[in-house]
Amino acid sequence: MLDQYTGVGVFLAVGALFVAVTLLAGKLLRPHNPYPEKLATYECGEIPVGEGQIKFHIRYYIFSLIFVVFDVETVFLYPWAVVFEEMGLFGFVVMMLFIGTLVEGLVYAWKKGALRWV
Amino acid sequence: MEMVLLLLLKSIVWIVVLLSIFAFLMLFERKFLGYFQLRLGPNRTGPWGLLQPVADAVKIIIKEDIIPREADRITYKLAPIASLFVALAAFASIPVGPPIELFGRTIELSIVNPNAGVLLLFATTSLGVYGITLGGWASQSKYSLLGALRSTAQMISYELSLGLSIIGVLILAGSLNLYDIVQAQERVWFVLLNPVGFLIFFISMFAETNRVPFDLPEAETELVSGYSTEYSGMRFGMFMIAEYINMITMSALAALLYLGGWNGPSFLPGIVWFALKVTLFIFIFIWVRATMPRLRYDRLMSFGWKVMLPVALANLVITAAAVSLF
Repeated sequence: MLDQYTGVGVFLAVGALFVAVTLLAGKLLRPHNPYPEKLATYECGEIPVGEGQIKFHIRYYIFSLIFVVFDVETVFLYPWAVVFEEMGLFGFVVMMLFIGTLVEGLVYAWKKGALRWV
Repeated sequence: MEMVLLLLLKSIVWIVVLLSIFAFLMLFERKFLGYFQLRLGPNRTGPWGLLQPVADAVKIIIKEDIIPREADRITYKLAPIASLFVALAAFASIPVGPPIELFGRTIELSIVNPNAGVLLLFATTSLGVYGITLGGWASQSKYSLLGALRSTAQMISYELSLGLSIIGVLILAGSLNLYDIVQAQERVWFVLLNPVGFLIFFISMFAETNRVPFDLPEAETELVSGYSTEYSGMRFGMFMIAEYINMITMSALAALLYLGGWNGPSFLPGIVWFALKVTLFIFIFIWVRATMPRLRYDRLMSFGWKVMLPVALANLVITAAAVSLF
């Protein structure tokens, strides 16, 4: 008996075949004529200034940190939602406490200004 | 052995159909955008521009594949492939109709049908960030890097509200299996039972697929198409295919979770109802693109975290309370 998840693998293998065929066809058909100006990084037609890996804002890290907390929460909620009706009031109360704790975390981050984009 | 053959056959049919839908979706989008702007859209290639997809495909395959000197070559080459693979993997768990009887056997109209279908779908769609981030980073271009960063931050922010909005549906259906969820909507669609959840899902859907009004990662006018600035030829094409397949996946998911999937009056077969619902969502994608201006980035982020997330949580709590009361 075939496992359900191997199906995704088979599907992707067929997808890989498609990718290989188109890339190979392209390789045989397309021109190849590089010269220094063409290989330069695009910067509105000017010669690029400095390197491509510019510094970026620390904000991105803060948002991804808060994201990790809430994403894990979402994953915890999925199995709870499925057995919700069988668990009755107990399940409801317990999960409300869990969500309440996380809402408190969100409020804290909000008050601290972590959600402000400058 | 027979199972493997069936799976292979289904995979080939799925990919061929998906790619043809993609090709004509490009045409329909350009055509309808044209009509919205009182233009004709593509009309030189064949009647109603119907041969435009062929012309586009030929053009994109014979374009030179330019790899910038500075670029991280391996990552640069692999990023679009990763993007496409993730889009395909996500579509694998979407059922497109009720199981059919063919040659005395029941055939499910999805590549896989795991018990945790919704979970598998979310696991794969969240991987979509990687192709974009790596592509933008490996290009070693300022525009690409900015586009990739914006895209990552936006996708993870709206993924939360997307994931939370669905929990309402899961509580109502009591299952993670997409077939069971559709079955549960036989009498009443979940869009009527959980309208706020649908609204949140609907908005997050646009952000997840990087479409207008949330298309800041691509923002032609400021970032010269963001993460794909340096790409050309088929590798650029793969990013495009991935984007449109994601759009189809999201539309299909919205139809499955909220609009009752293939349920509908019986004068049309289920698969036609499903196709109509998906087409409706895809049309709305194009309609919104023609109508809405792009958001400013800080507004987009604060809308995601300060409006969508709290509303999604409140919707979840209220749905749970309502279900346990009645």
